[in-house]
Amino acid sequence: MTQRTPVLEVKHITKRFPGVVANDDVNLALYEGEILALLGENGAGKSTLMNIIYGLYKPTEGEIYVKGKKVEMHSPRDAIALGIGMVHQHFQLVPVMTVAENIMLGAESVKRGLLDVKKVAREIQELSHRYHLDVDPYAMVEDLPVGVQQRVEIIKALYREAEILILDEPTAVLTPQEIEGLFAIMKRLQEQGKSIIFISHKLKEVLYISDRIVVLRDGRVVGETTPAEATQERLAAMMVGREVILTVDKKPARPGKVVLQVEHLKAHSDLGEPALRGVSFQVREGEILGVAGVQGNGQTELVEVITGLRRAEGGKVFINGEDMTNARPRIITQKGQSSHVPEDRHAYGMVASYPVADNLVLNTYNLPPFAKGISINRPAILEHAERLIDRFDVRTPSPLTPAGSLSGGNQQKMVVAREFSRPIKLLIAAQPTRGIDVGSIEFIHKQIVAKRDEGVAVLLVSAELDEIMALSDRIAVMYKGEILDIVPREEATRESIGLLMMGVKRDERVDEIAF
Amino acid sequence: MHPSSTRRLLRSLLIPILAVFTALVIGAIIMKLAGDDPIAAYKGLFQGAFGSKRGWATTIRKWSPLLLTGLSVAVAFQAGLFNIGASGQFIMGTIFSVWAGINFPEMPIYIHLPLALGLGILGGMLWGAIPGILKVTTGAHEVITTIMLNYVAALFAGWTVYAGGSQGQKPGPLWDPTAKAISRTPPVVESARIPFIFGPPYRVHWGVVLALLAILLMAWLINKTTIGFELRTVGRNFKAAKYAGIRVGWTVILAMMLAGALAGMAGAIETLGVNFKFAPEFSGSVGFEGITVALLGQTNPFGVGLAAFFLASLAAGGAKMQFDSGVSTDIIQVINALMLAFVAAPAIVRWLYRIRKPAEEEEGVPKISWGGG
Ligand SMILES: Nc1ncnc2c1ncn2[C@@H]1O[C@H](COP(=O)(O)OP(=O)(O)OP(=O)(O)O)[C@@H](O)[C@H]1O
Ligand SMILES: [Mg+2]
Repeated sequence: MTQRTPVLEVKHITKRFPGVVANDDVNLALYEGEILALLGENGAGKSTLMNIIYGLYKPTEGEIYVKGKKVEMHSPRDAIALGIGMVHQHFQLVPVMTVAENIMLGAESVKRGLLDVKKVAREIQELSHRYHLDVDPYAMVEDLPVGVQQRVEIIKALYREAEILILDEPTAVLTPQEIEGLFAIMKRLQEQGKSIIFISHKLKEVLYISDRIVVLRDGRVVGETTPAEATQERLAAMMVGREVILTVDKKPARPGKVVLQVEHLKAHSDLGEPALRGVSFQVREGEILGVAGVQGNGQTELVEVITGLRRAEGGKVFINGEDMTNARPRIITQKGQSSHVPEDRHAYGMVASYPVADNLVLNTYNLPPFAKGISINRPAILEHAERLIDRFDVRTPSPLTPAGSLSGGNQQKMVVAREFSRPIKLLIAAQPTRGIDVGSIEFIHKQIVAKRDEGVAVLLVSAELDEIMALSDRIAVMYKGEILDIVPREEATRESIGLLMMGVKRDERVDEIAF
Repeated sequence: MHPSSTRRLLRSLLIPILAVFTALVIGAIIMKLAGDDPIAAYKGLFQGAFGSKRGWATTIRKWSPLLLTGLSVAVAFQAGLFNIGASGQFIMGTIFSVWAGINFPEMPIYIHLPLALGLGILGGMLWGAIPGILKVTTGAHEVITTIMLNYVAALFAGWTVYAGGSQGQKPGPLWDPTAKAISRTPPVVESARIPFIFGPPYRVHWGVVLALLAILLMAWLINKTTIGFELRTVGRNFKAAKYAGIRVGWTVILAMMLAGALAGMAGAIETLGVNFKFAPEFSGSVGFEGITVALLGQTNPFGVGLAAFFLASLAAGGAKMQFDSGVSTDIIQVINALMLAFVAAPAIVRWLYRIRKPAEEEEGVPKISWGGG
C-alpha cells in the first residue's frame, strides 16, 4: 500500500491556538479507495486536523499534498476545488431551504443569470440513485430527520465532485438503523473509488468499517493499526495511554423512597403532534431507570416536560412528593434539587461565546457563593471553574476560554461537570456520553453509579443500548409516546429490549412463537 | 488579564477604528470630487471641536445625549434586541420632564429637579416597555414596533404643544399661550433646571456627569450583576437561558425598559439642561445616532462612551468646518452613515483590509434575532 501515491497527505502539520497546541507535527496519508478511521481522545485534535485539510483553518506549520502535489488552501472553496468534501460534527445546512437549494449554495448552477433548480434536482436524483442516497430534492431541510440531513450533506459533497470525503463523528447523532444505512453508503462510495476519513468514538464502528486506523493523542500521531490486528481494548489503550475498563462494575441497587413520579403525562412535539400519550413511572432513591427506545419516540419530550422546558398537556410530575407539573426550570432545579444533562448541548446546555467558567454556573449564578444579592462574585466563579475543570478533566487552555472553542467532547464534559457537581436528589441525564471518548465514558459512567450509590434517583435516557444495559437497574422502553414496558435489568437481554424498541410487547411475542 | 481576553479586546477595537478611518477617507474623496479641500475641512472640524474652550464645551454638551441613547441601544443589544426606538423614548422622556419642569414653580430645586429628571426617565422606560411586552406576548418584532412607536411619540409630542388652529381647534395641553402661533412649551422653571458646571457662554451642565455615571452604572449592571448575566444569556442563547432558569420574557421586557429609561434620561437632560423647553424641532436624530454609537462602541459601555465622544466632536466641529472650508455640514451626516454601514457590516471592512475572519475564536457580539433558534 505504501508504494502508491496517497490521494491526500499532510506533512508535519502543527496548529497552535491561544494556549493550546491542537496538532503537533502530524503526518497522515490517505490512499485511494480507503476508509481511514481517526481515533483519539476528546481534544486530541481530530476536528482541527480535518478543518485544516478542509481549508477552514490555516496550519501554523506544515504542508498538504493532494495527489502528490503540494497545495495551499485559503478557504473551503479551495478544498472543494481540489475534490475534498467534509460533513461536520454539526451540520451546516440552512433549515428553511429545500435540499436542492442547500446543495446549490455556493456551487454555481446558474442558467442565464437564474438559478437552475430543476437541473440541480435532476442531478441530485442521479447521485442519490447511483449511491442509494435516498432524498427528495424538494423537501425542506428542517422537516428531515437528522439521518437524512446527513445524507444531504454527503450529497452536497458528492455534487461538488468530492473524491475525498471527511466525516467528523457522523454517527454520534444517528439511530442504529441510520448508522447501518450510513455504513452501506460508505461502502458503496468506497467501491466507486472514493477515499474517506471517518471519525468516531465508537470503537465497534471503527473496527467494523475501516481499513486502517490512526490514533491521535495530545495532537500527535501515536499509532497506526488495522481492524484485523486490533481489539476494542487495545484501541482504547492506544488512545488513552492506559488500560480502560469497558464494562461497568456496580453493586446491586438499594432503592429507597420515590423521588420522581410521573403520572399519565401527555405532551405535544414541536410540530404539534402528540409526543407523549400518557406516560407513567417512578424513579426511587438509589436506582437508575434507563429509558431505551429508537430516537423520536417521545424521549426528548419526556425529559423536556419533567425539566420544565416543555408544557405538559395532561398528567402530573412529582419531585420529592411535591407537584412540579409545569413548574419553571429554576424551581425544578433549585427547589426540586435536580440536575439535567440536556440532550442538545448546543441549544440548551451552554452559551458558546461565554467563558467555560460562566458556563459552569449557568444555572447557579444566582446562588451563593457565586452571587451576593445581585452582585456577582467573579473570584468564586473562577475558583469553582478551576476545581471542576480539574476534577472532570475538561481540556481547556483556561477557565476564561470561550466554551465554543473547546472540542465537542470537552463541551459535553463541561456540561456534565456542572450538572454532577452540586448536591442533588434527582439526576436527569439525556445522552450523557454523546461524543465522548472511551476513557471519559468510563469516568462518567462511574460518576453516574456513584451518584446512585449516594442515594440519588437517576433517570438515564440514551440511544446507546450498551449504555442502557451497562448502567440501568430497571429499563423502560418507549415506543410511539408510550412506555411499552419496564423490565428489571436481570430479566433484560439486548434482544428482548430490541424487540420492545420495535414495538413488540412481551405477551405479544408468545403469540408470534405460536404462529 | 488573560492573554486571550486581551487579544479579544484588541480585536474588538480593530473594526470600529478601521470603520472610522475608512469613513473619513471616503468623506475626503467625496469632498475632493465635489471640488472642496478635505484637509481644510477636517482641520476646521478638529478646530471647531477642540480648538477653543467654546469648542470643547460644545463637544462635551453634545456628548451626553449621544452617550445615553448609545447606551440605550447597547443594553438592548446585550439582550439580543434591536432598539430602533431610542428616538421615541427620548421624546417621551422630554415630554414627561418638561411637564414636571413647567409646573410646580414653588418647589425647592432638590425636589423639583429630581422629580423632573425621574419623570423623564420613567416616560422613556414606559415607552420602552411597550415593545418589550408586545414581543413577549404576541411575538411582534421589536424593530417594527419601536419604529411605529417613534412615529406615535413624535405625533403625540407635537400634539401636546400644538398651538391651536384658526378655526377654533384646541391647542395642546403643554402649549405656551404667550408663544402665539408657535408650537412650544413655556420655559422650564428655574428650580427644575440642571445647574451649570461652566455657565454661559460655555453652558456645560452637570447632566454630563450624570451621563458619565450612567456608563459606570451600566458597565456594572451588565458585567457584574445577576441581572446582567440574565440579559446577556438571553441575548446569546435564549434556549440556554430558559434551561438556566431565567425568565426569558421578563428579561426581554426589562432590557427594553432599561433601554427606554436611558433614552428617556437623554431627553430629560437635554430639556432640563440645554433647551429648557420643548418644541417639535428638538426631537432631532439623536435616537438614530445612538445606533451608530452603540455599534461603534461594540455595545461595551466604555466603548459607547468613546464613540459618543467622537460623534459629539463631529457634531460640534461642523459649524467651524463649514465656515472655514465652505464644505456643508451635510458631509458629517454622510460620514456618520458610512461609519454605521461599516460597523454594521464588518465583512466589508475585513474584506477591504484583508483581515481573516476570526473563525478560530467565537465572536462575542450577540446575535440580533430572538427566537430564530
Ligand atoms: N476554534 C478554536 N479556538 C481555540 N481552540 C480550539 C479551537 N478549536 C479547537 N481548539 C482546541 O484544540 C484542541 C483540539 O480540538 P479538536 O476539536 O480538534 O478535538 P477533537 O479531537 O475533535 O475532540 P472531540 O473528540 O472532542 O471532538 C482542543 O484543546 C481545543 O480546545
Ligand atoms: Mg471533534
